[in-house]
Parts: sequence; structure tokens; C-alpha cells
Amino acid sequence: MSQMLPDDFADLECFAARWSLATERERYTARLASSMPELQELYDAALPRMADALDYLDQFDLEDLPEDARNLMRLFFSVVNASFPVESWKQPRVPDSGAAYLDLVDEPVI
Amino acid sequence: MAHFPKPAEGSWTEHFPQLGTAPVNYEDSISPEYYKLEKAAIFKQTWLNVGRVEQLPRVGSYFTRELDCVDTSIIVVRDRSAVRAFHNMCRHRGNKLVWQDYPNEEVKGTCRQFTCKYHGWRYGLDGELNFVQQESEFFDLDKADYPLVSVHCETWESFIFVNFATEPSETLLEFLGEVATGLSGYPFGEMTQTFGYRAVVGANWKLFNDAFSEFYHAPILHQNQAVASESAKLQQFGFEALHYDLFGDSGHGIVSTWGGMSPPKDLEMVKPIERILRSGLFGPWDQPPGIDLSELPPGLNPARHRAWGADTFQVFPNYVILVWERGWYLTYHYWPLAYDKHLFEGRLYFAPPRNATDRMRQELAAVTFKEYALQDGNTLEATQRSLKSRAATEFPLCDQEILPRNLHKTVADRVQAHRAATETAVVVAH
Repeated sequence: MSQMLPDDFADLECFAARWSLATERERYTARLASSMPELQELYDAALPRMADALDYLDQFDLEDLPEDARNLMRLFFSVVNASFPVESWKQPRVPDSGAAYLDLVDEPVI
Repeated sequence: MAHFPKPAEGSWTEHFPQLGTAPVNYEDSISPEYYKLEKAAIFKQTWLNVGRVEQLPRVGSYFTRELDCVDTSIIVVRDRSAVRAFHNMCRHRGNKLVWQDYPNEEVKGTCRQFTCKYHGWRYGLDGELNFVQQESEFFDLDKADYPLVSVHCETWESFIFVNFATEPSETLLEFLGEVATGLSGYPFGEMTQTFGYRAVVGANWKLFNDAFSEFYHAPILHQNQAVASESAKLQQFGFEALHYDLFGDSGHGIVSTWGGMSPPKDLEMVKPIERILRSGLFGPWDQPPGIDLSELPPGLNPARHRAWGADTFQVFPNYVILVWERGWYLTYHYWPLAYDKHLFEGRLYFAPPRNATDRMRQELAAVTFKEYALQDGNTLEATQRSLKSRAATEFPLCDQEILPRNLHKTVADRVQAHRAATETAVVVAH
């Protein structure tokens, strides 16, 4: 399979296929479909790299990201989403949210 | 003991004596008959926000809204000279004019004219009927007699409002009153980066309004969203607003709150990802460069408090504008669908991001908003179910729940006035 992320982020390549997702709906769905160890693994590996990733991404025009940079950006959107189960909930779903949903129907997709 | 000063009367609620301090009856949230009265007395009489002008970027841009609370569908469109609203109905035989695939779903787009799918009648962006298929087959048909049925539509600061009264009793500016004077001039139009959320919630529309217009619940319901030490402190202090105000009998009101987390005094107060991104529930910690927030309109931070963080403007009946000190804002709509069901819409508005860092900070604020709203939303369905049992019917609201108290009172007053007027009309007719 071809490389998805920039060379500098080869250490995160193993997460890209699963977590470089275009929309919040896809990212949230992937989060709910994951186990806590899987979310923790993503968080532990990627959070220390967040600052490096943003430094790297900030050199580009946000409207015109190269494909691998776009994948990196989307991967870190997933890290933001996964941070809630890890930092707050200790479970993938918001506690007591039951069948409640809130769809992001209009978002600035990168 | 109060951490922030209260009015001389000793409480915010008693500062507005018309409210009283008695327990509030929630029969207004569990009765199908009452919802019918609300539609007639409130939703069909008052100005209702349906969006912002940025949602109509060009001449011919339009969107439709399905509004159960007024029993109609409307088209909102940008014409050359103005934003207009029409009932979404072809004048020929009443077919729905603008829709795709599913007649009950809302659509948006851009067009030069509206063409009915059924028999091809065509209307201009000004609503005039311009073309009738096989016009000569009709009897004395004058196209000028069959424009789209217009809906009163006015804008303030690019917020679009409609009114379904035959003749509105007041202009939009009169209706908004101190909300307009307090917020005019804020750079709403520069915050064009938006995130729009929707959910159908199995609860009366007023219950979500109640939930988002009091923060008494925040230290408890949302306790796990703060780091443990901070959560304990928040629970011990509870919540107190900096300031409340109600604007006459309009039903509009404001709660002004502190903003201690943006940025926090101590980085240990917030979660690791917030530390790294400098963003969170209260939004990105740094104000957006390029937008001048040095002089705020007079309605913001009414207590002129140095710890000010956000003002929630409740616009009666079902709209909220929430302005954050850090330079972004939110809007909420609570659209009734039935007495025990409503459509919640939340929209976040930020300055356009300059780079990936700005965008990632917005993502964290947006995701955080959703996590909080999911906690609030699910609570409401539980509340609706237990209210329906009528095991108890009257509920004590505290001083930090003055906006929910005001909402239920204003709704009751409007329904009562409408009932009285209707009964008078019936008596006169006899």
C-alpha cells in the first residue's frame, strides 16, 4: 500500500489508513467503533507529535494542501476526536448519551 | 454566599418582580393542546430567525425551511435588491415548488428562477409568476394575480428573520429591541467559518432552551470534561452568573458568564490536548487577528467584569445568539416538531483560519461543543419522559434559572393573551 503521510511522520503511518478521514461523521463513527486500547494507542502515539504536525502543516496554504499533508491534517482531526474518550470518558461514547446524536451537517472539510 | 454581586433586591429573580419566585408548572411541555396554542399565539405571530445572509452568497441563492411550528414550508432567496421569503407552494394547484427526492427534506442551491416540477409554472426570484405552460388553456388567467405568497422577511446585522402574521405587530428592530441595540456593530459578518449541527430531540422545544440558558447544571452534568481537581472546585463553588437581564415583556434576556478557562490561570486546570492546542470549550484562547474586537457593542459584558467570558442572548421564542469574549459566536434554534419533539440546530461561527493551527483549534472547540451538547441532549429525553408521568407537576427554579423561568412565563402570557383575544372575537361574532 502506498504511503499516506509525509516522510517526517512515518511513525504515524500505521494509523493513517484507519484515521485519516475527511468528515467529522466518519471520525466520530470510527471512534465509536473502536476499543479503548485502540483509542489510547492512537492518542499516545500522536498527541506528542501534534505540535510537530502543526509546524509542518502551517507552511502550506490550508486551501491547497498536498495530499500527504491533507492526510496528516485529517489524522490529527481524529486525534482531537479520540482525546475525549481518553482524557474524559474512559469509554468511546459520551456517558449517558444513549441514543442521542448530533450530526455535523455543514463543516469546513479539509 | 454570592461570589458576584446580585441586585439590591437580594436576587436576580426578585429584581424582575413580574416573574415571582413560585415553582413553575411544566404542563406547557407535555400537552399536545398547549403546543397548538403556542403555534397560534407565538410562532405564527412573532419574528423567527431562519439563518444568516452568508448562507445566500449570490443572487439566486436559496434555501428551504420546513417549519412545523407554523405549518408551512418556505423558500428564502436572495434577489437583486433584498432577501425575500415565500411560502414554498406553486399557485397552480398547490404543489410544493422547491424540493428534491423527498418532499419533506430541506434543500438549498442557486437558480435564476423557480420552476414547478408538476406543470412547469415558473416564478422569478421576486416571486412573480413569469410563465404558465399552455397559458391559453386557462380562463381569464392574469399571471400578475398569482405570484408566490410572500412571507414578511427582514434582516438585522445579516440575521434573517421571517414573520407569518398577516401584518406583524412590530418591525424586526422593534421586536429585537435591546438585543439589537446591544449587539449592533459586532463583526458577525467576518466570522464566516461555520460548523452546523442538527439533531431531532425527543423533548419539548422549551426544555433544550432551558438547558442551554442556565449553567447551574454545568459543574455537575459536565464534571468529567474538566480535569479532576478543577471539577471538584467547580462543584464546590457551583455556578453563578456575572449578570442577568430581561428586556421588558419581550421574552428576550441575557445571561453573562465568566471565562476563566480561556486561557486558564494555570495550565494544569485543563486537559492535555487543550494545553497543546490552546483551545477548548470556550474556543481558541487567542482572539483572531484581523478582526477588531477592541470596542465591543454596549450590550456585551453588561457587568463590565474583567472575568467576562460569554454572553448568551435568548431571542424569544426559539433562538439564541451566544457571543464569546475570545471572538467567535454560536447560534441555537429550537424548532418544535410536536409537543414532545423538536429539531435542535447549533451553529459555530469563527474567523476564517489562517493556517492549520487555527483550523485545528477550531476543530477542538467544535468537537468539545458536540460532547457537551450530547450530554445535555440525552438528559432532555429523560426529562420529557418523567414530566409526562405527571408524578409531580410543579418545579422550584433557582435564581440561576431565571431565563428558563422567564421563557415559560412569557409563553404562558402570550398563550393567555391569545386565548383572551380569541374568546373576545368569538363573543363579538355572536
